[in-house]
Formats: sequence, C-alpha cells, structure tokens
Amino acid sequence: MDVNIVVLVKQVPDSEAMVQVKADGSGVEVEDRYALNFFDALAVEEALRIKEQVGEGTVTVVTLGTQKSLEALRTGIAMGADEAVLLEDPAFVGGDEYATAKALAAAVKGIEWDVILCGKEAFDDSSGIVGPLVAEFLGIPHITTVVKVDLSPKERTVIVEREIEGGKEVIKATFPVLLAAQKGLNEPRVPPVTGVMKAMRTEIKKLDGAAIGLSQDEVGKGGSQEEILRYHRPPQRPPVTMIQGEAGDAVKQVVTLLKEEAKVL
Amino acid sequence: MTGAVWIFAEHQDGTIRKTTLELLGKGRELAGQVGTDLVALLLGSGVDGLAQELAAYADKVYHWDDPLLERYNSDVYLQTIAGLAEKENPQILLAGATFLARDLFPRVAGRLKTGIAVDCLNLEVGDDGLLVARRPLFGGKALADVICRQGRPQIALTRPNTFPLPDTKGDSTGAVLTVDLAVDPAQVRLEVLEVVRAPQERLDLTEAEIIVTGGRGMKEAANFQLLEDLADVLGATVGATRGVVDSGWRPHDDQVGKSGKTVSPKLYIAVGLSGAIHHVMGMDTSKVVVTVNKDPQAPIFQYADYGILGDLFEVLPLLTEALQKELGKG
Repeated sequence: MDVNIVVLVKQVPDSEAMVQVKADGSGVEVEDRYALNFFDALAVEEALRIKEQVGEGTVTVVTLGTQKSLEALRTGIAMGADEAVLLEDPAFVGGDEYATAKALAAAVKGIEWDVILCGKEAFDDSSGIVGPLVAEFLGIPHITTVVKVDLSPKERTVIVEREIEGGKEVIKATFPVLLAAQKGLNEPRVPPVTGVMKAMRTEIKKLDGAAIGLSQDEVGKGGSQEEILRYHRPPQRPPVTMIQGEAGDAVKQVVTLLKEEAKVL
Repeated sequence: MTGAVWIFAEHQDGTIRKTTLELLGKGRELAGQVGTDLVALLLGSGVDGLAQELAAYADKVYHWDDPLLERYNSDVYLQTIAGLAEKENPQILLAGATFLARDLFPRVAGRLKTGIAVDCLNLEVGDDGLLVARRPLFGGKALADVICRQGRPQIALTRPNTFPLPDTKGDSTGAVLTVDLAVDPAQVRLEVLEVVRAPQERLDLTEAEIIVTGGRGMKEAANFQLLEDLADVLGATVGATRGVVDSGWRPHDDQVGKSGKTVSPKLYIAVGLSGAIHHVMGMDTSKVVVTVNKDPQAPIFQYADYGILGDLFEVLPLLTEALQKELGKG
C-alpha cells in the first residue's frame, strides 16, 4: 500500500539577498544568493516522513525554472527524494503564478501520485497562489498553512491541522489532495553527505512545453493573467530620533513624542 | 452598468472583521471611480444581523445563510462564490489577506480563469479603468504595480490595516438579497472536523492597531509578562521574533516576520530584538516604530522612528507606568 508524493519546489533568493529596483522601475536586480524556499523544505521533509512511515512509495520533486532551479531539485534529492523533474522552456519565462501553475499541473498529470505537497508561499513573491491553483487545475481539494499531517495509507485519507488566526482547523481529506506546508509542520533534515553525493549523480528529467502538452500561448507571458506595470522602491523611513537621557526621562520623552508628534496615542 | 465591485465580508465570533470594514470604505471609493455598485458577500449561519450591518455600507448584500457555511470549507465556499460570479460578472473582487482568503481566493481565481494579487498595500483605478494593485515582492524590498487585463473579476487581497476605516456607520441603505446555497455534494471532498480557537482577548497581530514585540533580549518566557503588562495598557497585541518562537517561549501564532505574520499596525514597539532582516520584512509597513535596545549597533534602529538606548528591564516598567498615566488621564 504505497503512497506516492509529488513535492512542488522553488529556488528563491534568500532573505538576506540584496534586491535593487532599477531606477526606471522596469525591473529588479537580485543578488545571486539562492536557496530552496523555506516552506518547500518543510514540504520535502513531510513527504520523506510519510514515505518512511508508509515504507513504500516514491517522492518526486518538481520545479519550473531555469538551470538555477536545478539546485532546488538537488537539495530535494539530497534530503532523500527519489526523482526530480525540471520544467524548462524559453517560452515559460515571464509567466505569472497562473501560467506556472498551469504548467506544473500539466506536468504532474504525467506522474503517479496520491498527495501533492508544496510550501505555503515562496519567499520571493509571497503570494501563495500556485499551490491552490495547481489543485484547481487538477480538480483536487487543497489545504493551506498545514502544521500537522496524520496519514492513513490503508484508508487513503489524511487528517491535517491547518493554522488560522489564533487557532487551528482539523480537516479530513481523501486522496488525492494538495497540502501546503506552514512553519511548525516539522524541522527539515540537513541533507546527509551521501545524499549530497547522490544528488550530484541523479539524472534530472527535463520537460519542455511540448512534453507536457501545452501550447506556447498557454505558458509564459501569454498564459499569464497578471501583468507587472512597474516596480517601486519601498518608502524609506526617516532617520531614527534617538531619545537621550536616563530611563525615566527617555520614557517621558517618547510618550510625549508618540502623542504630539506621531499622534498615535 | 458594468460589473460591480464585490467585497467578501469575513466575520468571526459574530463580528465583521476590521479588514472587511476597511475594504468597504476603499471599495466604495473604487466603485465610484468606475461608476458601479458596491456589493458585499456574506456567507454564514445565523448572521442576519451582520447582513443589516453590511447594508449600511454597500448597495447590495448577497447573504447565504446555511448551517453548511458555519465553518469555512474551501470546497463549499469556492462553489458558492465562483458560481455567483459566473452569473453576475463582477469586475472587481476584494478581500482581506487573511488565512481564510489566502486559502480560498487563489482557487476562485483559477476557477474563474482570472488573476489575483495578494497582500496588496494599495489599490487604485488606472486611466484605462483597470484596477492597479500594489504588492510587495522579496519581503517588501521591492513593490510592484500589477494589473489583470483580460480575466474578470480582478481579484485582490489586501494586507489588513492598510486602509482607513469608513465612518463608524455607513449611510447606504443597501438591499439584502438572500441566496439559497446550491452546492454539488460530490464536489465537497474536505470534511472540517473541528475548529479550535480560544476566545481572543486581543486582536490578531495582523489586525492589531498597536503591537509590542519581544526578542531574545527578553531572556526568558516569563519576562514576556512585562510586554503583556504594556500591551494591557495600550490595548495592544504581543508579538515575538523567530528566535523567541524557536526557543519555545511563545507560540508560532505570535511570530512577526517572513516565516510568521506580516503586520501593519499604527504603532509597533520592538523590544530586545536586533532587527534581523527576516523580522523587518514582517513589520516594515508599520506606521510608527519605537525600539528599546541596549546595543547601539542593532539594525532595528535603522527601521525605527524613535529609539531608546537602554536596558529593557529598566525601561519597560517605566514605559508601562508612564503610558498608564498618560492614557488614564483620558
């Protein structure tokens, strides 16, 4: 009674990476500091734990991107995933979440799976749209911000806890289902050295638009819904006003400033 | 008349959420600019009073009243909202970027073959009548103005605490239309077994007007009482950094930052935290930031309006006392 899992992953700039908006607002320059998306590592970890619990099954990591994205797949393999798929096609470039989800859903149709896992959002765009969209395009239910997964391989069901404001929802789903991982789900393992070596050897399957049966106008910019008009730099906060003096005086000063200057009290 | 502006009305414990009220105000402005009606969507069980409340802000309220809607179930809510949208063709659909909306509306967008912009910090109508949504990228290090040319409705989820609240009472006298729930049971595949939520004494971090956040400088879990006391005086919500949550001093629900919550209060007081970038990403849209730290090199001073260089264990009790005096005076 195996359980097969697909994990959708993304290589993203890490939170320390410098991001500079071009002066004319036409784009951004991002420092070359990339890593597997934080929430996606939780998804990979959960897939591996399910496989270890069940004892049988295949964990496949899938991403859409460029050669740079291979690193996310190799990290997944190094952690313990069995197979990896890269969706790569010049026609994919410039696509929004909608176009990305279309392609991921099309690719996943060619894989055998019971459960799809992904991170609840990517560190770069933080939209959290792709997971639910993939579920929609595949016609399966989805649950986001998942913090606990209790899977019954025989019943082909899963009971999950989902974080909400100040509490949680407990939800039961039957396979197939898509789950998006939230912080607290688990602690991702550090890839063992043997895993890293395996990741270097593992052949990564590459699929282009034609291989997943999508035409050029269904992917990339043509297949997108959202269009970026321009980029802006975030507003800058004025320099800090340091409050001098011993604690009692400083506190009185700040209360006065909050009341009379900032007008927030 | 072109399609309406729809606002998804989220409610909790019998109260319309603040983020919804913000959008009723902003939505009225947008509806005026494109020359259409403002419509509120209310899904729930036994919440007639809320329908009347919404009618004071909107031209029309669609109200689904059914026991099936008491708990949020994405399969049920999806069919309900997408079903009506297919008939009515709204041109804009807005909701607060809450846990519920962020779970539901990407899926609604997929079903209606349209776009969605999440966690927006501003909305306006462009010259061509399209909704221009400003959304953060890279944790707020860049902002992007996005539009959706073809798909309808144009869907946007806005960060709570982004727009001013409308006047306490709206002056609209909208019609409340009761709609029967029509759900295909075969398409309800999720079963919500339980919703666990302690009664909230304080507003959620995402909706709080004032937040007091402690970092590892608080030294131990018990010392958060100092922040609780300050929060009591200010009517604030207590937040925590990743380090604090990872140490088990506070639950993840309290975490402000890139892997926690993104907040936008009018006043943010950061205590005993250095201002690591992943924390700043979660609070940099706060209107006014005060920090207390004993390290003059701490990066948090670069993201603050007012800085107190000092020992938090000395400063916090004095600050609580001073604010009590100030606010007590009324």
